[in-house]
Amino acid sequence: MLARRLIPCLDVADGAVVKGVRFRDHRVVGDVIELARRYAADGADELVFYDITASPERRRVGVAWVERVARELDIPFCVAGGIRSVADAEAVLAAGADKVSINSPALARPALVDELAARFGSQCVVVGIDVDAQADDHGTWRVVADSGKPEQASDSGRDLLAWVREVDARGAGEIVLNAIRNDGVRSGYAHMLLDAVRAATDLPLVASGGAGAVEHFGEVFERCGVDAALAASVFHAGEIRIGDLKRYLAARGIVVRP
Amino acid sequence: MSVRALIVAAGGANYGSLREACRRVGVDAELSDDPARVAAATHVILPGVGAAAQAMEALRTRSLDRALRELRRPLLGVCLGMQLLYEHSAEGDVEGLGLLRGRVRRLPAAPRWPHMGWNTLAPRVADHPLLRGIGRDDWFYFVHGYAADEGETTLAAAAHGAPFAAVVARGHVHGAQFHPEKSAAAGRRLLTNFFAL
Repeated sequence: MLARRLIPCLDVADGAVVKGVRFRDHRVVGDVIELARRYAADGADELVFYDITASPERRRVGVAWVERVARELDIPFCVAGGIRSVADAEAVLAAGADKVSINSPALARPALVDELAARFGSQCVVVGIDVDAQADDHGTWRVVADSGKPEQASDSGRDLLAWVREVDARGAGEIVLNAIRNDGVRSGYAHMLLDAVRAATDLPLVASGGAGAVEHFGEVFERCGVDAALAASVFHAGEIRIGDLKRYLAARGIVVRP
Repeated sequence: MSVRALIVAAGGANYGSLREACRRVGVDAELSDDPARVAAATHVILPGVGAAAQAMEALRTRSLDRALRELRRPLLGVCLGMQLLYEHSAEGDVEGLGLLRGRVRRLPAAPRWPHMGWNTLAPRVADHPLLRGIGRDDWFYFVHGYAADEGETTLAAAAHGAPFAAVVARGHVHGAQFHPEKSAAAGRRLLTNFFAL
């Protein structure tokens, strides 16, 4: 039976892992390779590296660090940030990444999803979707573009569920739904948003934004039918160890890879 | 005979991870798209990332399809590489290498599509050297939307909605639908077993 996945997300800036609250106030929390190695040894099922400097500043993801990560890791990893073309994706995948994740470039040019799926297969193509939703906004959720830099973030004009169905139809292989308002706040995942997206697509769905305690992972797996849960600060700060979290989830009856 | 391993590198991406995984089990694998090099290797791995039609085209334009059909030494197809071993794939409606009988089709009854994540195996035969030390409690990383049905060549099945062939062998031809290079300790075990064949 397919295990639910736990995915530490490492925000990378200039080769260092950083983390901010609601995408702001980034501070260095560790070295990329050191953290990648630690998470793999600790039982992480997959890693996401989000190059937070690449996307807003229109700079390509440097591939040297991707190669170093690929040499270290024997679990899959995904690179996000700064991928705007088939050539960008090819560089990252050739350096050893298993998947690429695209967000704002897909909003700007949705055909990028089709192009990546045709060239590399849907399994390589993750679409990240950022939503800034109030709990009482039900049914009127809009996708946020360029959320990597708060001063550039803007309403993409796209309805969340319509965008989910569109990227599914265009060949996306996985969706990461990030609730901006929950990100870094540690009060739990955005269940209402995840429920709505779950109902709109059969693609693998990754919950992102809001994890603060082991219970939050248990709740999102049980209540929202997500395939994976992504988190950053609780893992980086060492407050939740992946091994401990997996034992907790297994005891709760959730299938995880021990 | 010492191992001279080769990874068939024909126009896809991500051979680096596989090569590193071989290195972790003590094998320095050569990357090549030269049919003569393929013929000279003791162990050949056919990886695959991408779509079946483009991958077959990449093999044909380099005459690698013929080299792989003529191979008599251990061959391991990984993920899409395993799918190419069959007669036909529904992904792009393309003819495969035909080294294994059967057809590859879109995963039927998959609760999520593609099948992405860690899953376990259900061994169908006892004591095959490729699965030595690998059992029901070992987890492997899968990322695929297509697969072959179980058949006489199936060593182990996996299930995602319906069961499918996860590890196969017929003579010197072997296949793994998961990625051993991304499957941590269990993947290292499978590669070690392959290079011991």
